[in-house]
Amino acid sequence: MNLLRSLATISPRGVLKMWERDRRAFRKVFWVSMVPTFFGPLILMLSLGTGVGTLVSSVQGLTYQQFIAPGLLASSAMLGATYSCTYDCFVRLKYQKVYDAILATPLNIEEIVTGELFWGATRGLLGAGAFLLVITAFGLAKSPLALATLPLLFIVGLMFAVLGMTFTALISDVSLFTHYFTMFVTPLFLFSGIFFPVQNLPSWAAGLIEATPLLHCVRATRCLLNSQVTGQFWWDILYVLAVTLIFFMASIYLMRRRIVK
Amino acid sequence: MDPQTTTPALSADKLTKSFGAFVAVDGISFAIRHGECFGILGPNGAGKTTTVKMISAVSPPTSGRLNVLGLDPARDPRSLKAAIGVVPDENNLDIDLSVQANLEVYAGFFNFSRAQATAKSRDLLRFVELEDKAELDIDELSNGMKRRLLLARALLNDPRLLILDEPTAALDPSIRHQLWDKMRDLKTRGMTQILTTHYMDEAARMCDRLIIMNGGKIVENGEPLALIEKHGQPDLEGVFLKLTGRKLEE
Repeated sequence: MNLLRSLATISPRGVLKMWERDRRAFRKVFWVSMVPTFFGPLILMLSLGTGVGTLVSSVQGLTYQQFIAPGLLASSAMLGATYSCTYDCFVRLKYQKVYDAILATPLNIEEIVTGELFWGATRGLLGAGAFLLVITAFGLAKSPLALATLPLLFIVGLMFAVLGMTFTALISDVSLFTHYFTMFVTPLFLFSGIFFPVQNLPSWAAGLIEATPLLHCVRATRCLLNSQVTGQFWWDILYVLAVTLIFFMASIYLMRRRIVK
Repeated sequence: MDPQTTTPALSADKLTKSFGAFVAVDGISFAIRHGECFGILGPNGAGKTTTVKMISAVSPPTSGRLNVLGLDPARDPRSLKAAIGVVPDENNLDIDLSVQANLEVYAGFFNFSRAQATAKSRDLLRFVELEDKAELDIDELSNGMKRRLLLARALLNDPRLLILDEPTAALDPSIRHQLWDKMRDLKTRGMTQILTTHYMDEAARMCDRLIIMNGGKIVENGEPLALIEKHGQPDLEGVFLKLTGRKLEE
């Protein structure tokens, strides 16, 4: 009940003002933030796409480059949102005390956190959007449905924003993000069907991965880029939305508990 | 009569805040008049900052009653925060934003339009004598300049009540004087002020009335000079030592 009351205090205007703060602050770190979200996937696509591509004739009827491009696109949104809502938010929360300062204004913690989450999703979309242009230039996104990946990538970003924020709300030391990246983000990146079909793994592993978040983003993005919207696509979208909603509430609850004493 | 002069700007009645078994503020009662500078004195851990956090609607009281500018901070935090300004006890300027952007973005939190935010920010930079530093990064400011910018930020919404939490801690004497001048200037404009400090000279200089807190309780209250006289001490420092057996700045 307290959580519902807390969520009811969120005004769109407050959220927008917080988002606006992040947008203005972003100018300073634009290029730094583009390294992991844009250049990272680009380098992988060029090296693996051409290198491994010569060893693999086709995967599920696609060239290797066609196969990995959608997953790299989804992972770009994941990384942008994750960096934003882990390291960046933690520094503002604990070291720069930006949230304490903003709490002296009419904004409340719910609006601050929600603004940060939407900014995280926006950051994910910025890097991924730039990467989508490159993919299109490579001729890997021929379908007009590729445009529909933009809202999808925003939601992918939002999901990883709420997951990152939940972790951020729980930890006391910045070094713990190493665990988050080594034990969660990197395995997701490697095992979520970006570089090889999950069906190639033992069935218990494939079943386990079905429960994790990035797989659904990769599959849904691949569907759109290759114009193959199936029933599974809608299941993937539903999964992403459900996880986003659950962890949105978790992140708000945990941040309020942490900050308002 | 004008209700402003008859009802206090702030009244606290048996205000209490505990964290688990620890009682940080223990049933304190006091009232602040419109237009006065009111001091909350005490050593570290006396409950000053906790009291300020309850007044500024950041931390809900455990029990007791609090009325600030006719509002209950716990029930209507948004309206209350729109009416007060807070100069925090630590530098929490936004280092990702320039000096002027710090003010403009915060003005946005008070619902200023973009043009209003820019105009108000320029005015306040002039008031705190930082108008030629508008485009600098926060890192490029001296400590004294940072405090002045924190003051400017607290004034964006033309607050009726200004709370200054240890505003001159760790500042050079000359910079403390600059800040005191600004505070006097604001006071002549009728702005009610709450000043927490553990500097006795600052309290004696600035405050019309004050309370001395120790261990979460009010141990004395009154006008600085009257307190010195009452306790037969050379200064406020002596008063505190006599009342608590503790030195203030330890």
